[in-house]
Amino acid sequence: MPTLEKSQLMSATEIDRTLQRLAHEIVERRGGTVNLALIGVRRRGVPLAQRIAHAMRAIDGVDVPVGTLDITLYRDDLSMVAPQPVLQSSEIPFTVDDKDLILVDDVLYTGRTIRAAMNGLFDLGRPRRVQLCVLIDRGHRELPIEAAFIGRTVQTSDTEIIEVRLAEVDQEERVMLVDRVS
Amino acid sequence: MDIVPDRFSDLLAIEPLKAAEIAFLLDQSVPFQEIQRHPLKKLATLRGKTVGLAFFEASTRTRISFGTAASRLGADVMQLQAESSSLKKGESLLDTVRTLDAMKPDCIVMRHASSGAPEFVASRLEIPVINAGDGTHEHPTQALLDALTIRDRLGRLEGWNVTIVGDILHSRVARSDIHLLSKFGCRFTLCGPAMWLPRELENLTTEGVPIRRETNLEESLSGADIVIVLRVQQERLHEPALPLDEYILLYQLTAERLRNARPGALVLHPGPMIRGLEIDPVVADSPQSCVLEQVTNGLAVRMAILFELIGHGSDANPAKDPAHAAS
Repeated sequence: MPTLEKSQLMSATEIDRTLQRLAHEIVERRGGTVNLALIGVRRRGVPLAQRIAHAMRAIDGVDVPVGTLDITLYRDDLSMVAPQPVLQSSEIPFTVDDKDLILVDDVLYTGRTIRAAMNGLFDLGRPRRVQLCVLIDRGHRELPIEAAFIGRTVQTSDTEIIEVRLAEVDQEERVMLVDRVS
Repeated sequence: MDIVPDRFSDLLAIEPLKAAEIAFLLDQSVPFQEIQRHPLKKLATLRGKTVGLAFFEASTRTRISFGTAASRLGADVMQLQAESSSLKKGESLLDTVRTLDAMKPDCIVMRHASSGAPEFVASRLEIPVINAGDGTHEHPTQALLDALTIRDRLGRLEGWNVTIVGDILHSRVARSDIHLLSKFGCRFTLCGPAMWLPRELENLTTEGVPIRRETNLEESLSGADIVIVLRVQQERLHEPALPLDEYILLYQLTAERLRNARPGALVLHPGPMIRGLEIDPVVADSPQSCVLEQVTNGLAVRMAILFELIGHGSDANPAKDPAHAAS
């Protein structure tokens, strides 16, 4: 799909500062890291969750467990996706029962990914609480889902796309606003 | 891990698949292995889809495995069993399958006593067809689950010495296993009474991979990393190649005979096992035996295949152009 970059929203430094701030905000609002676990939504939610956990270690001295969740099997749009999506495994090496979970993803848009993520989580057990942390909230929700912890809120139109590039996945690090070119 | 092969339109045989495609299917099975460990194993991924099970030959395990795979993905299951089918009333295979097709399943899983029957059906239907065993030809999902088991236990598929013991002449499992593992450079020794070791099998492997034929079990096990034990298919034969007590004497896989193989060699069996016939109960229950993992992996592999074939748009699968279907 041809795209045209319109502007850079976040540089590598800004991403890092935002993640540090989010880690602090989570620890502050929850009053600590007890019983907390982070779940990164594949793909880019995973390195974000790992970095936030790393930042929390520096704040609280505690290792917050991090799991990864692949939501392909829980999506509601498989009928419309082509080509065939490639499955990855989820790895959540701890029980979710009674845990305070924070789902971490890069961009919150329609909310359908997070709905699928919750379906996946609830197949594993009964968390005590689930909250959402995202790097970018771009609006246009189609479901009643909101993030408790937001890096940045960006107004976007339907033809625009937010592209998040992270070193672990993309070998570069920035957030761009991009236009779909018809 | 970023190759996505052209979409599969059916799964009829292992022989035409490339090693990369097989590796892809095994990788796609891993998330489904993980799901078997969840407290809640039911997904909604294939909700609204229907899987037609057309088993024209007796089967409990494979049929239950495919049925469970479909249900755990949220699909509905439509079942045809030969014993209670219209075939007894003289209906042709094609008419039976067309009748099923008219009820609009999203795919058909088929087992049949005639080699080539699933291909015959697949060329005439628009929906995907999965071969659950056809005559003495192939049993693709069995080979895939065997490969997944081997890969999990030994870390890779490449370069193993594999000994297959039993009625290889009539075994679609052996043929599929040979096709699959030879694509990864495995070397084969086939063992059984001479009548059951046809020369034709030597042509089954990917070029350059040798097959040894050996009627002595101890000899055949020497150097083996993997032993695949086949059952004596009494229902297939009018007369067995050997009386059963002689078969047990010469070919039963006992713990003592297994010591001829490499230490820790895997023992696989497609099931159902007959303890005391082709396999000694001590071996069947030993840590080297993979039979239970094979069953669990069978579920994961079949879920992956169903997801791959029908986990997408409800419009006609573009890989299977109905305009080219034979009339």
